[in-house]
Amino acid sequence: MIEIWNWLSEPFQYEFMQRALLAVLMVSAVSAVIGAFVVLKGLAFIGDALAHASFAGVAVAFVLGGSIYLGAMIAAVATALAIGFVGRRARLSLDTAIGILFVGAFALGIVIVSRQSNYTVDLFSFVFGNVLGVGWGDLLLIGIMTLAIIAIIVAFYKEFLFYAYDPEMAAASGIPVAAMHYGLLALVAVAAVVALKAVGIVLVVAMLVTPAATAGLLVRRLHQIMLVGALIGFVSSVIGLYVSYYASVASGASIVLVATCLFGLALLFSPRRGLLVPRRPDLVGAHDGETMASER
Amino acid sequence: MAKLFPSQRTAAASDDEAAIRVEGIWAGYDGHTALEDVGFAVTKGSIVGLIGPNGSGKSTLIKVILGMHRPWQGRVRVLGREIATVRRLLGYTPQIETVDWQFPVTVSEVVMTGRYGRLGPLRRPTGADRAVVESCLQRLQLTEVADRQISDLSGGQQRRVLVARALAQEPQVLLLDEPMAGLDAAIQHELMALFEGLRDEGKTLLVATHDLSCVSGCFDRVLLLNKRMVAYDDPAKVFTAELLNEAFKSHLILLPVERAFYGEHHGHD
Repeated sequence: MIEIWNWLSEPFQYEFMQRALLAVLMVSAVSAVIGAFVVLKGLAFIGDALAHASFAGVAVAFVLGGSIYLGAMIAAVATALAIGFVGRRARLSLDTAIGILFVGAFALGIVIVSRQSNYTVDLFSFVFGNVLGVGWGDLLLIGIMTLAIIAIIVAFYKEFLFYAYDPEMAAASGIPVAAMHYGLLALVAVAAVVALKAVGIVLVVAMLVTPAATAGLLVRRLHQIMLVGALIGFVSSVIGLYVSYYASVASGASIVLVATCLFGLALLFSPRRGLLVPRRPDLVGAHDGETMASER
Repeated sequence: MAKLFPSQRTAAASDDEAAIRVEGIWAGYDGHTALEDVGFAVTKGSIVGLIGPNGSGKSTLIKVILGMHRPWQGRVRVLGREIATVRRLLGYTPQIETVDWQFPVTVSEVVMTGRYGRLGPLRRPTGADRAVVESCLQRLQLTEVADRQISDLSGGQQRRVLVARALAQEPQVLLLDEPMAGLDAAIQHELMALFEGLRDEGKTLLVATHDLSCVSGCFDRVLLLNKRMVAYDDPAKVFTAELLNEAFKSHLILLPVERAFYGEHHGHD
């Protein structure tokens, strides 16, 4: 018993592990809250794109010596708004707009960085993620962004829900759907930046998508998907940190792999929708006897 | 166009009686014209059927009235006022395809969103809002499925949820875009009976439909639309082979059977 406790507590004697734990807690919360919309509205590609696009900002900030988070955020939000604008206005499929814009921004980042002779670990921690290298300053920034995102979603929860399931009617009810459209993309951008340092540019989309998608297999209300998604993200992160600590493997990738495994388990064994769970007859074609049935 | 229908235009209510007054509307998208000089007035406490084939501008007309689509030209008054000042008195049911039916919300949550326009930002629904939702659910016989996910509903239930949501807006004027599409005759009649009940409470309804359904004869007036206004009159006067052929063109083949006409459709389910 004591041994197990020691095994579990040993990693968190170190301050960098404690900081990592705090970081993943916040990343999980933000990722699930925004990830619920990403999954339900099919924005995974945008989430991935914005994470990549942030690299331009990371590179500029790195060269100028400014805040890398601030640079990443400006680049990601600007790309999000550009994608939103092109998606609403241009006669171009959204996928194409995303593809052009994010690769452009990412390439810009690479060009800028390639002029620098000293590639540093700091820079690469953004590409591949290094949650173990999160400093107190990073934590403060992550904390501020986390609080801001959650406050916005809580304050405008009913508007976001309305906009997400029926933008047409939301517009007719006087809800500013164009602002919601851009706002949601900007929030995805900020969420992607929050998750950057934890798992890296390449894996950010996993934090946005996997826990929320797993939660979607288990619960059926938007706020439940957010809460359960945050829990799944946090559990994945903690297990991932242990794996990373004891097996000496990359932390970001470990976290994502654990999340992927949990998704696989939910896919197979979800009580409601699991592939290996027999269908309950009362849930199949549950349109029970009522006067207004039998159409279509 | 309007000059061809002087009788209706004068018969159709003075300013204070008109629930909806549309004058000389031209509208469209990206240079493509959807509405050509449409003008009419709807008397308070009546049900008007807005009938025309797919792509005839019905949805555009409804969106123009709602203030969601800015017309190139023309004027709209609802209850004698600018739309911006009476938005809260309008209820709306969009076409069923605009709703994401896979989204994880329940029937009562959806009906509650009908209250959001009145609630405004940063305010949570109160007991009064829940009472309105409750009565709307009851009226549409949805109480039993109130906690069900919208993805689990039948097509008829989905329409009723949208109508319940529009009722939750507590509107004076209801604009319903294809509320009956794809429903079988019995359900269409039930919905029509509901609409008549609402009319008898003094509400005004504009009901768009692309087919000449079994309930078309129940409308107080019918507006035949195909970009321009083909006719606007009592159903009996509108449902003539000549006018219907003009509105539907090749979409419809009319077979005279004794004294009634039965429409047969091409090109949709």
